[in-house]
Amino acid sequence: MTNTDWPLWEVFVRSRRGLSHTHAGSLHAPDAEFALRNARDLYTRRGEGVSIWVVPSSAITASSPDEKDPFFEPAADKPYRHPTFYEIPEGVKHL
Amino acid sequence: MTTTVPTTAALALGDDALVLSHRLGEWAGHAPVLEEEVALANIALDLLGQARVLLSLVGDEDELAYLREERAFRNVQLVEQPNGDFAHTIARQLYFSTYQHLLYDRLATGDGPFAPLAAKAVKEVAYHRDHAEQWTLRLGDGTDESHERMRRACEALWRFTGEMFQPVQGLDVDGEQLRSAWLESVGEVLRRATLTLPEGPQSGAWSAGAGRQGLHTEPFGRMLAEMQHLHRSHPGASW
Amino acid sequence: MATAAAQKTDHTAPYDGDGTAATAGYERAFDAAVAADERIEPRDWMPDAYRATLVRQIAQHAHSEIIGMQPEANWITRAPSLRRKAILMAKVQDEAGHGLYLYSAAETLGTGRDELLDKLHSGRQKYSSIFNYPTLTWADVGAIGWLVDGAAITNQVPLCRCSYGPYARAMVRICKEESFHQRQGYELLLALSRGTPEQHAMAQDAVDRWWWPSLMMFGPPDDESQHSAQSMAWKIKRHSNDELRQRFVDICVPQAESLGLTLPDPDLKWNEEQGHYDFGAIDWTEFWEVLKGNGPCNEQRITQRRRAHEEGAWVREAAAAYAAKHSETGATRA
Repeated sequence: MTNTDWPLWEVFVRSRRGLSHTHAGSLHAPDAEFALRNARDLYTRRGEGVSIWVVPSSAITASSPDEKDPFFEPAADKPYRHPTFYEIPEGVKHL
Repeated sequence: MTTTVPTTAALALGDDALVLSHRLGEWAGHAPVLEEEVALANIALDLLGQARVLLSLVGDEDELAYLREERAFRNVQLVEQPNGDFAHTIARQLYFSTYQHLLYDRLATGDGPFAPLAAKAVKEVAYHRDHAEQWTLRLGDGTDESHERMRRACEALWRFTGEMFQPVQGLDVDGEQLRSAWLESVGEVLRRATLTLPEGPQSGAWSAGAGRQGLHTEPFGRMLAEMQHLHRSHPGASW
Repeated sequence: MATAAAQKTDHTAPYDGDGTAATAGYERAFDAAVAADERIEPRDWMPDAYRATLVRQIAQHAHSEIIGMQPEANWITRAPSLRRKAILMAKVQDEAGHGLYLYSAAETLGTGRDELLDKLHSGRQKYSSIFNYPTLTWADVGAIGWLVDGAAITNQVPLCRCSYGPYARAMVRICKEESFHQRQGYELLLALSRGTPEQHAMAQDAVDRWWWPSLMMFGPPDDESQHSAQSMAWKIKRHSNDELRQRFVDICVPQAESLGLTLPDPDLKWNEEQGHYDFGAIDWTEFWEVLKGNGPCNEQRITQRRRAHEEGAWVREAAAAYAAKHSETGATRA
């Protein structure tokens, strides 16, 4: 039973041209070539995709949920990054 | 297309797809890994779709599938061979999908009656061929056991491969040209899989012919018995 | 992400000097998220019992999908028309796919698929008892689609809002894909019911055999259900067993009428006051017996599954060996 545990891969699918790849799920495959093919069969058999990425799950570095505050909260108090922060006189167009 | 459907050719290609689809369907619930359940079913469904189009060119798809006797089927003997172990199934896939890919590629470029079907099917079959190639590489160049199983499977099915290059009435392809392209393609895959092309004859010694002449191997009769029994038990019923 | 092994120990919290107090803080955050109907995600802190409950439930669900392939695959080679054959193959294929989605969801909780399959093969984890009944005729394929998938959908739709994100997302995908499963079963039965007398009888016989086991799919009555209360509190489960069972009965009665088939329950009648159908007593002895392993197909199902897995071992080994030889991102990295 040794070495039959195929590694896990994360699958990202571009559902149509013009959109980004989004995470669809994961699967097991012995290598990248089969991961792509398994992803095609598993995640796009109803025509859900035009392009697929597969990434070994072990290669992903994720932010820790416990860093939630230091990681993401500072972004919440910078409203000047959003267009709605700015007041523009009525009637000014194309802005 | 309604004017000149070459019946013999449509039945030959349609029966190939129908019978291989059936054999692949037998894997459901038995595949070596779950991902492969999905892959084999995809291939089986593509083939079944092709079979339905082709048989419908000749007549009613269900009458043709369910009410013909064994001797009336025109598929090559290769596709009716029992699944065996996974290596046998992959060897059968490699041999047949390479043939089908070369054939449909030629049919798709012409303006014959099969061109529209072939143009769609050639994409499906390219994937089947790739699937077979990927597995041939892994089984051939995997472990000692898988290498030996794959070698035996390639040998065992070899004598059914010659039939694919027989001329078929209504199919405008050069059989010998097809054979040499096929040998080159299969040979290359086997070489990369650390295997070699088997050396024996590519057909059995029976002058009466083989599947294209309606002469099949013994397991085929039992396959048809299973496939047809329910339909035949209720004559005239619709489902 | 599903690389879950390390997540359990990932407690690098804002340090408050006291491990217990830190856990209490996490627990408050977890409770608040569940209360606010937010999703719990894989790397979030969660109570061990919540994790264990989810692993058990998702694994059981995944096992049910793949064992559930067997009774229907039993008819692929005998499907009576090419159209039906294509539909059935696509459906059984979907079940394999759904099993895979669910195993992935379970893996986000730190339990690998091999471990879960091991538990299935050794009988330490269960699958839905409904698949321990045999498919004796072609009509059984229809009855499974209509009743078994119907019951499953009734159970599953609320799971799309389950508090655990990966499970909820898998269920959204599954429910979307399953909508055709139930309809094809209904259509199949309708064709039989309106067909020859023999076909009609075949359909009625199948419904007679599958009705009661389908009702049992919702699990034991609420007052006997072990895990229900806690699962409801955690919003893993949204409705009680009896509630869902009643909903299913109410849906099925008019559908059976349209089919021209009867349901095998003399006590089935509309209760004006309740606004529901009353139905007869379920034979829970049978339910517990089948669950214990004494159903008509328990042995057969698990034997086939084990055999497929064992006979496939050399194939999986070969692919892993090839990957180790040829690729940097292959099995050696696992």
